[in-house]
Amino acid sequence: MILARGLRKSFGDFEAVKGIDVDVRRGESFGFLGPNGAGKSSTMRMVAAVSPISGGELHILGMDPADDGPSIRARIGVCPQEDTLDTELTVRDNLYVYGRYFGLPRKEVRARVDELLEFVQLTEKADAMVEDLSGGMKRRLTIARSLINRPDVLLLDEPTTGLDPQARHVVWDRLFRLKQQGVTIVLTTHYMDEAEQLCDRLVVMDKGLIVAEGSPLTLIREHSTREVAELRFGVAPDGDSHEALAEKIADLGHRVEVLPDRLLVYSDDGEEVIARVHERGLEPVAVLVRRSTLEDVFLRLTGRTLVD
Amino acid sequence: MALDQRADDQRAGSTAPTSTIAGAARLFDYWAIAYRRTWKGSAISSFVTPLLYVLAMGVLLGGFIKGDPTRLEGATSYLAFVAPGMVAAQAMTTVFGEVTYPVMGMIKWHKAYFGMTATPLSVPAVVLAHLGFVLFRVGTTCAVFLLVMAPFGVFASVTGVVAAFFVQLLIGLAFATPIYAFSAGLKDESAFSLVFRLGMMPLFLFSGAFFPITNLDPWMAALARATPLWHGVDLTRMLTLDRLDWSMVAVHVAYLAVLALAGWFWAVRRLSRRMIS
Repeated sequence: MILARGLRKSFGDFEAVKGIDVDVRRGESFGFLGPNGAGKSSTMRMVAAVSPISGGELHILGMDPADDGPSIRARIGVCPQEDTLDTELTVRDNLYVYGRYFGLPRKEVRARVDELLEFVQLTEKADAMVEDLSGGMKRRLTIARSLINRPDVLLLDEPTTGLDPQARHVVWDRLFRLKQQGVTIVLTTHYMDEAEQLCDRLVVMDKGLIVAEGSPLTLIREHSTREVAELRFGVAPDGDSHEALAEKIADLGHRVEVLPDRLLVYSDDGEEVIARVHERGLEPVAVLVRRSTLEDVFLRLTGRTLVD
Repeated sequence: MALDQRADDQRAGSTAPTSTIAGAARLFDYWAIAYRRTWKGSAISSFVTPLLYVLAMGVLLGGFIKGDPTRLEGATSYLAFVAPGMVAAQAMTTVFGEVTYPVMGMIKWHKAYFGMTATPLSVPAVVLAHLGFVLFRVGTTCAVFLLVMAPFGVFASVTGVVAAFFVQLLIGLAFATPIYAFSAGLKDESAFSLVFRLGMMPLFLFSGAFFPITNLDPWMAALARATPLWHGVDLTRMLTLDRLDWSMVAVHVAYLAVLALAGWFWAVRRLSRRMIS
């Protein structure tokens, strides 16, 4: 569906995307995971055929965006990072006019609008003005809008950024249903839980490059341990710095990461790590054992956290 | 194969438009729905504005002005002189209103243009549709203006008035495309108040709409003759007074058409640069 080889994007002297290879297959749900500024949105805009590529190769649905932009855009659905809804029109009218942009007959659009309102649970809000909707509702409306042409590929740029946890879950639920219906989904996110929930396969991006690729599970298996023990130490007046503490427990796990507020000890048995920490007379104010996540993968690969 | 077939059926109808005009036509419903929201206010003002103007400028102020045809470009009264000027000025001010803040809103505030260009629609189609709406606004406003003034007996012939109506559309375009282009490249709206005060107001007052430009100093008159509004006013006046100078008609039409066309290319270029990066 999407094929990129050595894809690059620069804005003046700044290189946002520095040569990436991507293959997205029909029916899969593919993610770009990375922090802000990793080049995810620039990549998405190129794939959406609204931003010319600066180098490399890009084919979307077998077409070249430089020559067939309009034909590509007729067959994809785009949910941009920032809502581009017309806030002074009603929910229904926003969907209706959008359907018309794709050249769909009026009757057909009306039928699809009703169907999509139902799907994103906005039927009751059909005649409300968009400016009166909550952030989560606007997002769902934007998702509905991106489905009006029954796209072959759905592009979602940070679909839940800025939403409260409850609204995020509603959006995830809808996206999960689409995925089950076999819609090919490409999404960017800087939330590792979002990537884990929605992506069959993902690439981890950092500074314009892909640093790892695989399913969430294989990535975690390859780049992290099964469990992580998180240790929080209070600020001891004469106490050791985090670095010094880390050295004292370095042998307890495969690896120790020092974060500003806590230490992460990577091990296959977190409880065991904590027991040994206590044995050594160290007294963390709080401890937590959890499974490794994509966040740990990112930390391992780049030395930084996803959300700063 | 069955899956491909289904996908083909599902996207039946979603296509790239065959031309810029076909693309712009797809935006008709958007503009119609957007207008339905505001039409009452604009309909009332487009009816009341000409009435106020005619009363204040034509009847009341005009009462002090002796209608000497040799000094009023052949008009038999000040009202007959000022009426075509006011129509042309109205075409211009309507355009200023429609392609400044609204264009910036489409780009910067509610970003509706970004929604449009994410679909098969191209930037030229988006510009064309917006200009189509501007022309609709100019057309309705000026038609009402002409109708309101007709009973005052200021028009020499029906043909002249009909021709004058189409001239308003040309004036509208000649202003719309370059101002649109200007707005499309603007980063913030603070320049607009200057455009209105230092662009629109002097044009409005000194382009021969309210007094013959021969009253101005020679250099100011020459300056006035270079403005698009003067070309529009003079052309409109020739038509409503039925005193045609065909060579001047040709000059006016050519001037306005060239401006409209040059502005079109500029507008498409500026908006493309803004939308596609």
